[in-house]
Amino acid sequence: MTKPLLDVRDLRVTFQIRREGAMPWSAPTPLHAVGGVDFSLNPGETLGVVGESGCGKSTLARALIGLVPATGRAEWIDSKDLVAMTPRQMMRYRSDIQMVFQDPLASLNPRMTVGQIIAEPLKTHRPGLSSAEVKTRVKAMMEKVGLLPNQINRYPHEFSGGQCQRIGIARALIVEPKLIICDEPVSALDVSIQAQVINLLIRLQKELGLALVFIAHDLSVVKHISDRVMVLYLGKVMEIGSSDDLFADPQHPYTQALLSAVPVPDPDHDVAGSVVPLSGDLPSPMNPPSGCVFRTRCPRAQAACAEQVPALMGQDHRTACHFPGPLTEEEIARARKTEAA
Amino acid sequence: MVIQQDKMQSLAARMAQDEVKGRSPWADARKRFFRNKAAMTGLIILIAVALFALLGGYFAQWSNEDLDFTVMGQVATMGAPSLENGHYFGTDDLGRDLFARTVQGTQISLMVGIVGAAIAVIVGTLYGATAGYVGGRTDQIMMRAVDILMSIPYMFVLILLLVMFGRSIAMLFLGIGLISWLDMSRIVRGQTLSLKNREFIEAARATGVPSWKIILRHIVPNLLGVVAVYATLLVPLMILTESFISFLGLGVQEPLTSWGALISEGAGTMNYGTLWQLAFPLFFFVITLFGFFFVGDGLRDALDPKDR
Repeated sequence: MTKPLLDVRDLRVTFQIRREGAMPWSAPTPLHAVGGVDFSLNPGETLGVVGESGCGKSTLARALIGLVPATGRAEWIDSKDLVAMTPRQMMRYRSDIQMVFQDPLASLNPRMTVGQIIAEPLKTHRPGLSSAEVKTRVKAMMEKVGLLPNQINRYPHEFSGGQCQRIGIARALIVEPKLIICDEPVSALDVSIQAQVINLLIRLQKELGLALVFIAHDLSVVKHISDRVMVLYLGKVMEIGSSDDLFADPQHPYTQALLSAVPVPDPDHDVAGSVVPLSGDLPSPMNPPSGCVFRTRCPRAQAACAEQVPALMGQDHRTACHFPGPLTEEEIARARKTEAA
Repeated sequence: MVIQQDKMQSLAARMAQDEVKGRSPWADARKRFFRNKAAMTGLIILIAVALFALLGGYFAQWSNEDLDFTVMGQVATMGAPSLENGHYFGTDDLGRDLFARTVQGTQISLMVGIVGAAIAVIVGTLYGATAGYVGGRTDQIMMRAVDILMSIPYMFVLILLLVMFGRSIAMLFLGIGLISWLDMSRIVRGQTLSLKNREFIEAARATGVPSWKIILRHIVPNLLGVVAVYATLLVPLMILTESFISFLGLGVQEPLTSWGALISEGAGTMNYGTLWQLAFPLFFFVITLFGFFFVGDGLRDALDPKDR
């Protein structure tokens, strides 16, 4: 087996939240935004990360790139642990891991020209390059992502959302990274532009042999782009497996509920008859449920679920559930009843 | 469908054109500013006052130090503004040419205003941006220091400084510089806090751009709109402070003078029928303040189109 590009073990991100009006000496409450995530990523592979809002997808991305402090282990291909690094040591790896952000316009400095924006990582990581060399590379990269190179002196507000996202992608690619973390790169775009940007990412991935961590809450997009998919809930991995496997045969009740909610482009589709509703809201990450974090909303929850945290089981398709398997008709009916009540 | 050859060619020429020039947010703001009539009037007034300060000396018939002995003692009758004897603005109580004195006062007052505002811009922006960007304990300490400095009654300190160390322009600059940046640093810090979590800052941090470069390259240029507006409103404030100090008789020292000192002298002799001694410095003082306020307003509108 080849060595993975990135091997993440028990990655945790905990924020210390001070309650409003609390005394300065009182201990802050810990908020476990990411509570022990394990996964590995092979070179050139795409890992889709899905989950509802507030489940820690973006925090995971920020932890991987070193924007928020994390604990645990994230082993790069050369066996160095990214989490334990000082900022100075991390500097070498920053050009290997780049990020594409959610809001295309907000991720570009409005006072800089496109050329300056794309050149910034290059100037930071390859300070020896002459300015003429930087310019040729920027232009070549603009061409690669489908922008006209003669627009190098334009400002971000003169571009459309899709073009801005292409600029963001160009900025990420200019230092020839091995891994790109895409934090919901298409959720702010029109559907037709989404397809363009996704296909651009797929093409660039093939050309340059990139690994992608693709965060989204649009499951059909994730299915289209990912080799493997990881389902997060409340900062924990619920299920992880190859894209085909996971979409065809989801084992975890949460994954099944999530997949049942994917809109089907068919007006005759029976929505009420296919969706597995989840009652209630996401529990607060400051006070997560004991045992399995999903048990409060799970149609299959039993006494054991409150006591023991389920471990990720399985070989390639791994599930963190005490009672994995497809939901029965009875369980779906029960879920509908609690939802209605 | 017929393809029009010439149109296609012009399109091709445009596509092949080397590097289209972009329209920066600054260029947009400039355009909006130039369309604003009040602001343009203010700007023209300010340019005129500045030209007066710079070039007025060449038109003066008298130096600002010479006493005109022919009008001395009978200023009320002989010292009125006239073109014949070269005292365009009349003379002051001692027979000195008021035109030359006003030119000199304008120079000093504008200099005080601009230097005060410049100190505020440079120190206040860097201090506030650093405090806001670094955050945490550093921010707490830096901003509490500003709070403490602000709580000191600055006019009192300024007067004490001038009394203890003697009245001099340098001392005045020091005093005004010490207080002028406090407000600016607070405003800048607030703006920085809201900028700090924007995604483009995060993108720069993720790339590994060092903090000082992020502050200078990403934060400060995005702050400049607010800073420019506040600075133009700060200049008249500085002029007012200096005038007040000079009016109290503590500001600039003879033979130097400023608008405040001239107005003070003019106000003292108001009752003796020499109203021009008050009117001319006051006129320049008032139009300059108006000019700065209009320009400041115009800049705010131009730089912040969403805010209207």
